[in-house]
Amino acid sequence: MRDLYTEGDEIRDEKAPAGPIAERWDKRRFSAKLVNPANRRKLSVIIVGTGLAGASAAATLGEAGYQVKSFCYQDSPRRAHSIAAQGGINAAKNYRNDGDSIYRLFYDTVKGGDFRSRESNVYRLSQVSVEIIDQCVAQGVPFAREYGGLLDNRSFGGVQVSRTFYARGQTGQQLLIGAYQALERQVQAGTVEMNTRHEMLELIVVDGRARGIIARDMVTGEIETHFADAVVLSTGGYGNVFYLSTNAMGCNVTATWRAHRKGAYFANPCYTQIHPTCIPVSGDYQSKLTLMSESLRNDGRIWVPSRAGDSRDPREIPEDERDYYLERIYPSFGNLVPRDIASRAAKNVCDEGRGVGPGGLGVYLDFADAIKRMGRPAVEAKYGNLFDMYQRITGENPYEVPMRIYPAVHYTMGGLWVDYDLQSSIPGLFVTGEANFSDHGANRLGASALMQGLADGYFVLPNTINDYLAGGPFEKLDENTPEAKEAAEAVRARIDRLLSVNGDRTVDSFHKELGHIMWDYCGMERNEEGLRKAVERIRELREEFWQNVRVLGTNEELNQSLEKAGRVADFFELAELMCVDALHRRESCGGHFRSESQTEDGEALRHDDEFAYVAAWEFGGTGEPPVLHKEPLEYEYVEMKQRSYK
Amino acid sequence: MNITLRVWRQKGPDDKGRMVTYKVEDVSPDMSFLEMLDVLNEKLTLEGEEPVAFDHDCREGICGACGVVIDGEAHGPETTTTCQLHMRSFSDGDTITVEPWRAKAFPVIKDLVVDRGSFDRIVQAGGYISAPTGTAPDAHAMPVPKADADRAFDAATCIGCGACVAACPNASGMLFTAAKVTHLGMLPQGQPEREARVVQMVNQHDEEDFGGCTNIGECAAVCPKGIPLDTISQLNRDLLGALTSSRAE
Amino acid sequence: MANSTLTKQRSEALGSTVALKSAMAVTGVILVLFLIAHMYGNLNVFAGQQAFDDYSHHLRELGEPMLPHGGFLWIMRVVLLASVLVHAYAAAVLWRRAGRARPVRYQVTKRVQRSYSSYTMRYGGILIALFVVFHVLHLTTNTIHPGGASDSPYERMVAGFQPEFWYVTLFYVASVVAVGLHLRHGIWSALTTLGANRQSRQRSLNIIATVIAAALTVGFLLTPLSVTLGLVE
Repeated sequence: MRDLYTEGDEIRDEKAPAGPIAERWDKRRFSAKLVNPANRRKLSVIIVGTGLAGASAAATLGEAGYQVKSFCYQDSPRRAHSIAAQGGINAAKNYRNDGDSIYRLFYDTVKGGDFRSRESNVYRLSQVSVEIIDQCVAQGVPFAREYGGLLDNRSFGGVQVSRTFYARGQTGQQLLIGAYQALERQVQAGTVEMNTRHEMLELIVVDGRARGIIARDMVTGEIETHFADAVVLSTGGYGNVFYLSTNAMGCNVTATWRAHRKGAYFANPCYTQIHPTCIPVSGDYQSKLTLMSESLRNDGRIWVPSRAGDSRDPREIPEDERDYYLERIYPSFGNLVPRDIASRAAKNVCDEGRGVGPGGLGVYLDFADAIKRMGRPAVEAKYGNLFDMYQRITGENPYEVPMRIYPAVHYTMGGLWVDYDLQSSIPGLFVTGEANFSDHGANRLGASALMQGLADGYFVLPNTINDYLAGGPFEKLDENTPEAKEAAEAVRARIDRLLSVNGDRTVDSFHKELGHIMWDYCGMERNEEGLRKAVERIRELREEFWQNVRVLGTNEELNQSLEKAGRVADFFELAELMCVDALHRRESCGGHFRSESQTEDGEALRHDDEFAYVAAWEFGGTGEPPVLHKEPLEYEYVEMKQRSYK
Repeated sequence: MNITLRVWRQKGPDDKGRMVTYKVEDVSPDMSFLEMLDVLNEKLTLEGEEPVAFDHDCREGICGACGVVIDGEAHGPETTTTCQLHMRSFSDGDTITVEPWRAKAFPVIKDLVVDRGSFDRIVQAGGYISAPTGTAPDAHAMPVPKADADRAFDAATCIGCGACVAACPNASGMLFTAAKVTHLGMLPQGQPEREARVVQMVNQHDEEDFGGCTNIGECAAVCPKGIPLDTISQLNRDLLGALTSSRAE
Repeated sequence: MANSTLTKQRSEALGSTVALKSAMAVTGVILVLFLIAHMYGNLNVFAGQQAFDDYSHHLRELGEPMLPHGGFLWIMRVVLLASVLVHAYAAAVLWRRAGRARPVRYQVTKRVQRSYSSYTMRYGGILIALFVVFHVLHLTTNTIHPGGASDSPYERMVAGFQPEFWYVTLFYVASVVAVGLHLRHGIWSALTTLGANRQSRQRSLNIIATVIAAALTVGFLLTPLSVTLGLVE
């Protein structure tokens, strides 16, 4: 395996203070250097991405008095993909008096992350969660309320306390609109300069510090150089490496990948979350997958025909010829087993040829019993909007015919490595939200993504970035700075190359094929043989891509094929690193399941003695193997246990 | 299914633009409208013709990026976003006309892509509550009657797609503006800035060269999120109140 | 929010599209109230010539002796004229704005739910304006007099709507129908502009608009048609 990577020195997070875990965040805020309000005006920060993590950071830093430049590839900051999150946002408010606490949220998150996250970070996340809700309510986020006028909570993702705040099925949208409004307020105030339809294509590193970015104006094609005293990447996850995912079409890894190539470590790239309740693929033309809320598993029963190849109408299959496989294998949790277990079980039955629907890639989620038990009006009241969505997409009526579901890539826990201050291995480069790796370990709990994005943007980064900025303002730079010139040249050369190949395959056809490789070999279940094959095939395909891709048009216009081509090119490189990471981690943990490492019952088996570390990958150079740096994980507060859902 | 498409092609903001006819074969009824355009674009690319540019992102009806006028209706024949419209709403052999949103405030950038920055500027003018990070009281400090919270939510579901403007015979952006005014105006947190908000947002709306509202109601009829028409009445009420208010400035 | 500029912002908002259509709504309401009174006057025709002429005569004496002879009528005329001018001015400004707001037209347009009534507001308004001019010259100032001039308003009217002047009647009928259509959308629009619309009331407001518009249309048609058909002589 050593042909695929080399190993470097161990690394540590130097920023997290020691001492009692509940006091660490206070301690760090106290030890971090402050910037005098009058000096903030002289300091500039670039923030790429306007999702929850980016918009909240831009609004907060702008308000604090820094000069902020914000960038997004969409036509408006309000469209970032945080908007699509449905379920809710966790916070340890204990408004229900049901035994919740900061400590319990911390405990659940560490355990949910399968002991591959940092205790200090997770504890801080839980502490800050409380303030997020206050902040959002003050901004006018219309959370669900009860008749008494107080906020409603629900239990989510199998936890035993009700700590999830929600806004119907559109929590992400409402939180993002709140952050977006705060951001636009700063735009009006002149503290934030908003650059929409701009895509970051390169990071500028000068004297070892992140000092700016090269961005392409997606309307005119102009390659722009932007400088600042610090750069923040809030660019989301890389799930689109699988082509089909629940991510938006434009989600990409380019910003973080370019930073990685400039020296930022990429941590745990193989940790991907696969969500069990998505609407299955209906054909080759499929461009994206749609998630349905997990809450459906509360009342729906999941099954497949007992016999492979049984293609009867599901309603005609008698009870004794159905296999309610989750209820059979996991009698105590049944249909409510965690996401990864439900996903993998679905894959297994489909691999046995018992899948249903087009291509045999689907299992039934049946509400016939629920309708019998609760009555149709009750089911309608609870799930009506989800049923409507299902019907709109599939054209089938789920009140009559069982729904079909299949797992889909949903979230990526991996991302750029950051320390407690959210600073990457490049000084001056900070990473927030899904783009970093920090808080979810090997698996993320439901309703925690929104929490982390806003925690990072509103409360963590604005209290840590000052420690770095206090050393500024740094030397003034202009476009003739050699590093900036070189970065801009590299971007132009890459664009020219993409436009000049003029082969005979479209960008999408390459992306689809890459997605198939990743789904087959680096998806829900991975093994050594498959991953090696994947690395080989990715390399071949990448080679072909650069020889045979066809991108029409020019740079000097809105050119969506060109945009896609650049993103797919970076996905190729990331895909290889994901496979290498998955290959080197010869254990199963959280969202990473290695078939070689499972219990007798087919459950994920961790190897804490060997793998209780963060795998932080350093770019080894083009065509060179990456360098692995291990950051050991220590657990002082939560005892490491193998989980069991039997 | 086989479909004939008449699509608006415009090379750039200054190009005059024209309708071009394409044939798309083997369209599955389960395809979304945008997937059908993907198929067209794959074909065009292989034939050496530049693909049709259109805005889209989440493809699950929530980001508000997509939106074209299909046979004269914003987002097409179903009340949903273009990305959630499926080809089963059409029949084999149909000819479908596809145009961009048309409004002075939404200039065309290319083909079916328009610039909706005017919406952002309306929000900048006052579509927010000033709550600097860290200043918030406890979330339960101020209960909100459920009916108010629900109405605020109904208005807050606006995705800013611009279909209301596209469908309005006056190209008015009043439903968008009213949705924000109503969302924030229904909440106790939104009260201190309520008068200034509506005044500033309406002024910005007019400055952006949107037309005036004449209560025709096409906006609410095509709105994929069902923003109620009465939000406009609420905006009017708020504006008239603000104009006659004696509150000191 | 920058409150220091709010005074300026407020004065700017006085010229906003919302303020303009509020002006249209207020003047529209005045005109509708006038039409209701006018229709009541018209219906006096069925009580005979004496009653009808007395009614128009009394209008001139209204408010006496506090007001001079014809004073009330003049106040009303001024108010009505001002209303019409404001209404028309605001309509013209909004019309122009709407035209500017969509410089490139759609190749295909489709009405989703809008009514014929809302569709014809602007051209209908022009037709009504032309009709009002004719109507005033005919029955108020006695300048145009199909069927012969007379000092009795009753006689002028009966003479004007005789079957041989079918084109006068036809124009009158068409105009009244245009008024009806204009009011069907106009009343709803005025109420909603002035802030009366709630989702729960939307239907009621539309019903109110339809009923008033229909009642006025029928009321105004009764008189000339009765003359033309010989029911009133």
